[in-house]
Amino acid sequence: MSDTKYEVLSPLMGTFYRASAPDNPPLVEAGQKIKASDVLCVIESMKIFTELRSEYSGVVKEILVENEDPVMKKQVLMIIEKQ
Amino acid sequence: MPFKRILIANRGEIALRIIRACKEMGIETVAVYSDADKDSLHVRYADDAVHIGPALSYKSYLNMDKIMAAAREANADAIHPGYGFLSENAAFAKACEDAGITFIGPSAECIARSGNKSSARKTLTGLGIPVIPGSEDILASPDRACDLAQTIGFPVILKASGGGGGRGMRIAHTPKELAEAFCLASGEAKAAFGNPDIYLEKYITNPRHIEIQILGDKSGNYIHLAERECSIQKRYQKLIEEAPSSFVDGDLRAELGNTAITIAKALGYTNAGTIEFLVDKDKNFYFMEVNARVQVEHPVTEMVTGIDIIRQQILIAAGNRLSLKQEDIVPRGWAMECRINASDPDDDFMPSPGKIESIVFPGGPGVRIDTHIHEGYMVGPFYDSLIGKLIVWDQDRPSAIRRMKRALDEFDIRGIQTTIPFFRKIFQNQAFQKGDIDTHFLDNM
Repeated sequence: MSDTKYEVLSPLMGTFYRASAPDNPPLVEAGQKIKASDVLCVIESMKIFTELRSEYSGVVKEILVENEDPVMKKQVLMIIEKQ
Repeated sequence: MPFKRILIANRGEIALRIIRACKEMGIETVAVYSDADKDSLHVRYADDAVHIGPALSYKSYLNMDKIMAAAREANADAIHPGYGFLSENAAFAKACEDAGITFIGPSAECIARSGNKSSARKTLTGLGIPVIPGSEDILASPDRACDLAQTIGFPVILKASGGGGGRGMRIAHTPKELAEAFCLASGEAKAAFGNPDIYLEKYITNPRHIEIQILGDKSGNYIHLAERECSIQKRYQKLIEEAPSSFVDGDLRAELGNTAITIAKALGYTNAGTIEFLVDKDKNFYFMEVNARVQVEHPVTEMVTGIDIIRQQILIAAGNRLSLKQEDIVPRGWAMECRINASDPDDDFMPSPGKIESIVFPGGPGVRIDTHIHEGYMVGPFYDSLIGKLIVWDQDRPSAIRRMKRALDEFDIRGIQTTIPFFRKIFQNQAFQKGDIDTHFLDNM
């Protein structure tokens, strides 16, 4: 990965959610500007919900998994272009 | 025979527990399963199995339409909901009633009545049942909160109306602390739940969690199976349960038992249920809530009473009168249960899904294991982290503790992190061994 890009990894095996609740809109869309510490997505594992926050400010370059997809530990979920 | 065929609307260890009871009663069983559970033991052990959808709970185990369709397809005449999932869902119980399939649990109406905390609280206060003093009404201002706190006595706890899990909760010991806590709690509640409304309760210092198992038949007969103590908790999740409680003497047992039966009668409760109480150090007790289902920790009661609670549930649901009388219930010895969770005690109990590479179970006298896992089993991330329960029985508490330590030492699970090493530490703890425990025990350990 180059210095300008940052990969958002899943901290554990679970289910990927793009929104914080079923009826809410997605937390981020591809192309959206974000600030460091913004919540990007939620991973559910064994009924525990973990919010993933961005480490950097930048732009969401790509979202690599679909809502409700199963994800593995350390799987790349999103690519953020740092700014 | 009470029923010909029971569908089990659940998975994991409790599905196996119910299948085992049915087999011993000569009743056929129907399992339901999601994509994630197609190779599970509950599917293998049941007489019939119906696939109900993808791994995600809301698409399978929480999907009422799919489960009702499975019950019709498999010709089940009753459904056992287990715990969790749809077990305390009044609409599901109603759907069963409407379909002419017996729901093994209380009536839909009773589930709704037990689940509505504020109305249950009002009903029970009217009967003179002690509930935690306070108000479930929203507090308009710090001054109003202070007036109420003066009336019921400090310390008090502020809680968010919008949710739970510890957020928006603040404890105050003085009027000054209360004024500060009011603003903080309100802000926290707004951030966490989008709702700044808070209410206030008397804060019970270092309480014990003590609950009474009851059975009620459809003819209005009730008995209680004495208490369980579940004070060892982490974030309101029980980890160790025991029966009896080292804190409960004969008088308190009778008083709690009679109160639980009064509550069950007032709610028109039928089948097996649990009435939860908080008990303070002076043995004052307060009603907390009704669990309108079988509980995870039911085996400790089974071990000391010799009564099969699942079998009782099935008999009661079929309309049988209780064959047991209160004087028949004489708890004997001591039982303890450890909840084996797939979580990492060294990493703040984070979930630890993965494949079971190898497993060696403890055995010998007085050891019971209720589990669905085996070598090669994939513990997926889709459901609760409970992968099994280790239960021991012995003559008295010190002997039961020694037996549990021995069983924990034998228990060896490879491939994932579990709570087993954590339990080994607790069972070495002197305060725990003396029975000097309360719901904050793990915070202070």
